[in-house]
Amino acid sequence: MKILVAVKRVVDYNVKVRAKADGTGVETANVKMSMNPFDEIAVEEAVRLQEAGKAKEIVAVSLGVAACQDTIRTALAMGADRGILVETDAELQPLAVAKLLKAVVEKEKPELVILGKQAIDDDFNQTGQMLAALLGWPQGAFASKVEVGADAITVTREVDGGLETVALKLPALVTTDLRLNEPRFVKLPNIMKAKKKPLDVLKPADLGVDVTPRLVTLKVQEPPKRQAGIKVDTVAALVDKLHKEAHAI
Amino acid sequence: MSILVIAEHDNAALKAATLNTITAATRIGGDIAVLVAGHNCGAVAQAAAQVAGVKKVLVADAPHYANQLAENVAALVVGLAGGYTHILAPATAAGKNTLPRVAALLDVAQLSDVIKMESADTFVRPIYAGNVLATVQSSDKIKVMTVRGTAFPAAAATGGSAAIETVAPAADAGVSSFVSQQLTKSDRPELTAAKIIVSGGRGMGNGENFKLLEDVADKLGAAVGASRAAVDAGFVPNDYQVGQTGKVVAPELYIAVGISGAIQHLAGMKDSKVIAAINKDEEAPIFQVADYGLVADLFVAVPEMSKELDKLKAG
Repeated sequence: MKILVAVKRVVDYNVKVRAKADGTGVETANVKMSMNPFDEIAVEEAVRLQEAGKAKEIVAVSLGVAACQDTIRTALAMGADRGILVETDAELQPLAVAKLLKAVVEKEKPELVILGKQAIDDDFNQTGQMLAALLGWPQGAFASKVEVGADAITVTREVDGGLETVALKLPALVTTDLRLNEPRFVKLPNIMKAKKKPLDVLKPADLGVDVTPRLVTLKVQEPPKRQAGIKVDTVAALVDKLHKEAHAI
Repeated sequence: MSILVIAEHDNAALKAATLNTITAATRIGGDIAVLVAGHNCGAVAQAAAQVAGVKKVLVADAPHYANQLAENVAALVVGLAGGYTHILAPATAAGKNTLPRVAALLDVAQLSDVIKMESADTFVRPIYAGNVLATVQSSDKIKVMTVRGTAFPAAAATGGSAAIETVAPAADAGVSSFVSQQLTKSDRPELTAAKIIVSGGRGMGNGENFKLLEDVADKLGAAVGASRAAVDAGFVPNDYQVGQTGKVVAPELYIAVGISGAIQHLAGMKDSKVIAAINKDEEAPIFQVADYGLVADLFVAVPEMSKELDKLKAG
């Protein structure tokens, strides 16, 4: 089968993000950017399926500014076969991303699409579900295990209170949760090889998609900071404070 | 304004998160209808009709709604959506699974994890793990959003007397099916509903050591949680996870044990009323948000805490 994975370039996991002083957005100048961690899990899952002989080709897709090519190259270094960048400087919201990905899916005709469950920048947790809906496909969101059969997949999902397993007819879409796998470290020779793998660049207009945002951000601000309290010296003092002062126990 | 709230339930009981979402709906203002999609879910509809502030309960009862498959529930909601200005669901695993499908099929944006209603079209939601709050205006004809339960108090479960209407089920999409579920069996309260939470991090060392926390939790009537690091390390199941990519909680008391306090964890618990932290590293960032900090070896401190709680109980 052919697998399509979507990868997003986001502010690195370890960066402490700050609101711009004028409240128009967050400070992203000179900030380290990386692949969204859940998307790394998506690429890893696709590569493992290929290594297990279940997948023939893996196509990594990213959407956004030209620098997203770096994110695609990382996916190629992890083992994806080729990349597609839908290049635009416009702000892309989940519905627009889902529509662009739908157009790519219709061209590429994969049997399985894998995305991260959530991007750690805008924290929307929507794109996979929206894409599945637009395609009329079933979804296995928040997956912790994926088993591929001949014409269906079985997905174990992280739900409140435990796990749920669903069977989905192919073609299908999966969004990844933390425990699905542990992504591999990329080795230097693979980074060199990835530079030679094909990477096509398209524009939203080539795909006939209107990406106009539906949501307008009026203001971005930091929430009130919580103040540090006191340190106590003993467990007895801690329990005493929680009981007599905080009335919490 | 006419608001549809999608009820979270297990066909037997209405889940508490629904009550918080109903309060969020009242902040927008207008008539509130609650949709109960399930199978043999009459008791849930009855419970929803009792909730204060609810005008109407819609019940769609069919076998293909028994397990809340997103494909089927979304199709049902889309069919009902025409009459509403807002569609709300709790920002739970079920709400997050289904609602983006609804939004996409309606060709509207979705807002996730809304924590404040500024007006009928303007809402506040956290981004970047809650490090910043975005005030967002929607120009769509129907506003579709998931609501963060901890940001809104629960509506009163009684006092209402809504009319119950049956709605025709949509067709089974036939592309997905429920196979099984393995729910964590516990007599402790649910994380998102608990008044006290005792949470462990990487410092716990292994899953076995979580028994120390369970012992304290049981004496406090508390739930047990964990940081992502502890889940990643395989100490505990994912549904224990508190943080940006896990559950968001705001209990009366949050006791963080062996948790360093990464921003991704703080995102899930910093709205707790009182935070206590036990960590052997006095530089751990968790102490910057804790009301009460104890620099100590948790393997000594936690069993000692258990004894202190016994003393407290004995008076």
